[in-house]
Formats: sequence, structure tokens, C-alpha cells
Amino acid sequence: MENTITGKAFVLGDNVDTDQIIPAEHLVYSMDDENEAKMYGKFALSSVPNDESGLPEGGIPFVKDGDFDSEYSIIIGGSNFGCGSSREHAPYALMKAGCKVIVAESYARIFYRNSVDGGFVVPYEGTQKLNDIIKTGDEVEINLDENKITNLSTSESYDLKPLGSVLPIVSAGGLFEYARKSGMI
Amino acid sequence: MGMTITEKILANSAGRESVKPGENVWLNVDVLMTHDVCGPPTIGIWKKEFGEEAKIWNKDKLVIFPDHYIFTANKHANRNVDILREFANEYKVDNYYDVGTERYKGVCHLALAEEGYNIPGTVLIGTDSHTCTSGAFGMFSTGVGNTDAAFILGTGKIWEKVPESMKFTFNGKLPNYLTAKDLILHILGDITTDGATYRAMEFDGEAVFDLSMNERMTLTNMAIEAGGMNGIIAVDEVTEQYVKERSSKEYQIFNSDPDAEYHSKYEYNAEDLEPVVAKPHSPDNRDTVRNVEGTTITKAYIGSCTGGKISDFKFAAQILDKQEVKVTTFIVPASTEVAAQLEVETHNGRSLKEIFESAGAVIAQSSCAACLGGPDDTIGRAVDKDVTISTTNRNFPGRMGSKKSEVYLASPLTVASSAITGVITDPRNFI
Repeated sequence: MENTITGKAFVLGDNVDTDQIIPAEHLVYSMDDENEAKMYGKFALSSVPNDESGLPEGGIPFVKDGDFDSEYSIIIGGSNFGCGSSREHAPYALMKAGCKVIVAESYARIFYRNSVDGGFVVPYEGTQKLNDIIKTGDEVEINLDENKITNLSTSESYDLKPLGSVLPIVSAGGLFEYARKSGMI
Repeated sequence: MGMTITEKILANSAGRESVKPGENVWLNVDVLMTHDVCGPPTIGIWKKEFGEEAKIWNKDKLVIFPDHYIFTANKHANRNVDILREFANEYKVDNYYDVGTERYKGVCHLALAEEGYNIPGTVLIGTDSHTCTSGAFGMFSTGVGNTDAAFILGTGKIWEKVPESMKFTFNGKLPNYLTAKDLILHILGDITTDGATYRAMEFDGEAVFDLSMNERMTLTNMAIEAGGMNGIIAVDEVTEQYVKERSSKEYQIFNSDPDAEYHSKYEYNAEDLEPVVAKPHSPDNRDTVRNVEGTTITKAYIGSCTGGKISDFKFAAQILDKQEVKVTTFIVPASTEVAAQLEVETHNGRSLKEIFESAGAVIAQSSCAACLGGPDDTIGRAVDKDVTISTTNRNFPGRMGSKKSEVYLASPLTVASSAITGVITDPRNFI
């Protein structure tokens, strides 16, 4: 795992559910065929209501029409991020679009464990609400050793909650890597 | 200190004397269930991670129900079913219920109950968030993603954090204008869509134990809509009768101790509650039907693991008998067993099927269908600015199809009443 991740922030509201992250009609593409798998990146966050996509202004697509990946690698969300279905395609789609870290106030359980066990994105929780402080397009840096996010556009830093009991799985890069390292499989 | 029913089942599965909320434990899985949306990627991960040596930990404990995208011309969706079929053939998975054969069952959560996979005291994990439905049988059941499922497929194990439990007690008798759907929508309005995140939701009280297994499954089914890890109802004679009719397996019954600790307790008097809906665009956006009465709808939908069971259609038939629908109304039996029951079950001397057909409703084949939108040619899918009133479980933006559409979640009584008038209507107007 890299120690710091820097990128542009994409800001969302509360209760971003898995149907908004990757609409069910797109769940048919193969994840093994690279030409098909990139469709998950193309449609990532494609069902977020327009006025809530890219806060505070809204109206900003996560992935530009015709593209397969996003210029934003860090998502700042609100509470209950990833609620809804169990589709692992959701954190996978975000990863395919180029997202590396999510910082949300809280997560739905299955989305959180899918992010961790699949090794797709690092799901951090903030120690305070950040989606009304950080703006879409702000350059931010995540320090994984210090559990800190810095808004490089304003030089303000905020603490993140340590990853706790899932840290060994996140550090290993996913459940299978963790299980191999610890001799389980 | 005592334990809750959920804690006891997890302790038993982990081979422990006791567990406490917050502890991480490795569980031995009794049943792994998957379907056509998450099965193929699960198989892909399992093959990649375990390589040439990939072995299914226990074929008898793997159950596969194609159910999501079945009646569609979408070639990618059909390919997913082909992948399941080839996998079942290659690895000789007996518990595979193929499309286009007599074995086809329809929606996995109801099929698990009907085919005898729901066994009290056991641990059932599925690649679908509504796997919590099975908790109606006094068992632990929850949804996971493909990676976790692939890990179980090879090892039979999963890690879980023992959840705190919340208790919801419904005292008194349920009036005839309310169903289990009203109860769970009522809870959702109170605790919101993350009110039970990472927690167990235990349902209790006279009004709960008066419910049929079908109705109990409506309660546990929507635990996930509050973020719940699992929903659970203790075993009684109603549970035992259902299980014994469908399985010869022996089972263990666990009950919460009187001194078990709960995160919180909610108590309701069933007789005081009103028919409710969840307004767009969230299952916790509760309002009474009276407050939204008169809202114009363009479609009515009765189906899914939540609201497509025979109990739901009996409620609907009671309202639709000798009536005509004013908006396009879809009847989507969750399982093929329910579809067959529609022809056998009667109300006022006519079969439910006759009642629905003469009311002008469209009866579709069993599958998840438009509950989650699905491919463009899915029956009942919301198009453009449709306003659908539905017995399903989610009304997030775009959930039933078009991003511009709106969905009101309601009981089968309320959906059927609204179908007749074309506007949201309180079922008490027809009962």
C-alpha cells in the first residue's frame, strides 16, 4: 500500500446507494474481459441525480461522456455510503474509473466489506463531516500512515478514523492476499 | 450475561461458548447461495484465486438460483446464466435450478424457503443483500459480495463482526388493513436507512408471531433497508411446521436470553398503526397513505422477494376482486411455486389468477423482473417519468429503471387499492 495518495476530490451527498454507483442494467459485463470490464468505469456513479453529482455545485459527471475513467481519484461522501444491494460491482466500478480512496462519514456494511475484501478502494471514515468542506475538484492528499486528509487547495488537514480491525486486510490488498499471508489458504 | 439469538447462532457456528458484539469471528457456513448477477464473477474470482486446484468446499451446501435477468434478449445477461449452467455441469452441483427447465424456481430468497434450505439455527450466506430474508426462520443469514462468496466457495468460511442487536416488538393484533410491509416501513421511517447498520434486527411480539412465514419474511427481508446485517425472528410452531413440510434435516432452536443485552428496543402497538408508504426516493421516507392519498400513479407493481409471495397476492386479490385496474398493473409471482398457487388459491370462489386477469392486470413470469430495473426489455420496468406504486423493497433514484421515474413502496393492499383508482389510495376504502 502506498503511504500517500494524491488526487482530485469528487464530492457526493448522503445515502449514495449502489444503484446510483452502478445501475443494475450494467451488471452484465464480464469482469475478466478487459474490453467489457472497462464499461464498469464508464458507468460509475452514472445514476447519481444530476444536482447531487459533484458537490457543492452539482451537475458534474464523475466520468465524462465517452470516457472510461475519471479525473477524480478520491471520493468524499456523506453518511451511509454504498447502501442498498450487495453488488461488489459497486466498489469495483469506482476502482475501474480510477478511484483509490473514499472518505465518507459512514458506510453500509456490505459495500464496506466489499471494498476491503476485494481490495478495490480504501474506505476511510472521517472524524468530521467533510463533504460540505471539501469541494469537487480540490486537490487532496491522503496519508495512510497518519490517517489524515489534507486539502492541498486550502492546506487544511483533517483526521481520519484508523482502519482498525480491517487494516491487515487492506494492507495485504484484499481478503485472499491476507488469507495467503496468514496461512489460512 | 445472556446472549441474543443472533449471538448464540454465531457462537455455535464459530465453535465458541459465547461471543460478544464487536468481536470478529470466523463462521462455518451452512449454505452459500448465489444467482446469475453475482454468481459468474464469484466463480471467476474463485478460479483465479484458487487456480487449477480450485475445489468447492462442500457441493451439498452450494445453492444456485438464476433469477435476476431471465426473460430478456440481452446477450450479456443470458451469457451469465450460461456460465452458471456450465459451472453446475462441470462441478456437478446438484442444487442448481436451471432456467427453461421444470427445476426453475424464480427469486432466490423465496426459493430458499420453499426448497427447504432455510433451517433454524444455521448460517446462510448469499451474494444478495436481501439474503437477510431467511432470518425469518430463526437462523443467521446475510448478504456478501463476490470476493467473500468466492472465499466461502473454496473454504466454507467467512469473517463477521458480531453485531449488536436491536429489538422491535409489535404488541396486539394486526388490523386487517395492515400487512407486514406496513410494519417494516414503519420501522424504517423511525430508524432511517442506516439506523441498523452493522446490527441485528430482532422482531418480536404477538403481532409478529401471528404472521405466516411468508409475511415474516417480508419483515426480515427489509432489514437491509435499515442497513441491518441480519433480521431474525425466533422459531415457533408456525416455523417448525413450514420447515418440516420442506426438509427432513435436524435443527437446533436458539432463543434470546431474558437478560440478553440490546443496543436499543422499540415497542409498537400494532392496532395503533396506519397504512404507510415510503415516498421517493428512499425506503425510510415514510408517510401515511392518508397523507399522500390522491397522488397520481402510472403503474402498479406487485412482485419481488418482498412483495411477490402468495400472501401478498391473497391480499391483492381481496381488493381486486370484481374490480378493474385503471393503470397498468403487474403481477409478478416471486417463484414458480407461487405462480402455480395463483391458479389453485381462491377468493370468493375464483382463482387469484382469474381475479387478476379479469381486473385487467398483467401476469408475468417468475423472476426479480423490474424490482431492480434490469435490462431494457424487462417487464414492468419504469420508463421516462413513470410513477410506480410497488410492493418491492427499494425506491432509490433509478432503482426500477428510468432515472426520471418515481417509486412509492407500499403494502399489497395499498398497491391494489391504488391500481383500481389510478391514484394512491388507502386500502380502508376497499375493506
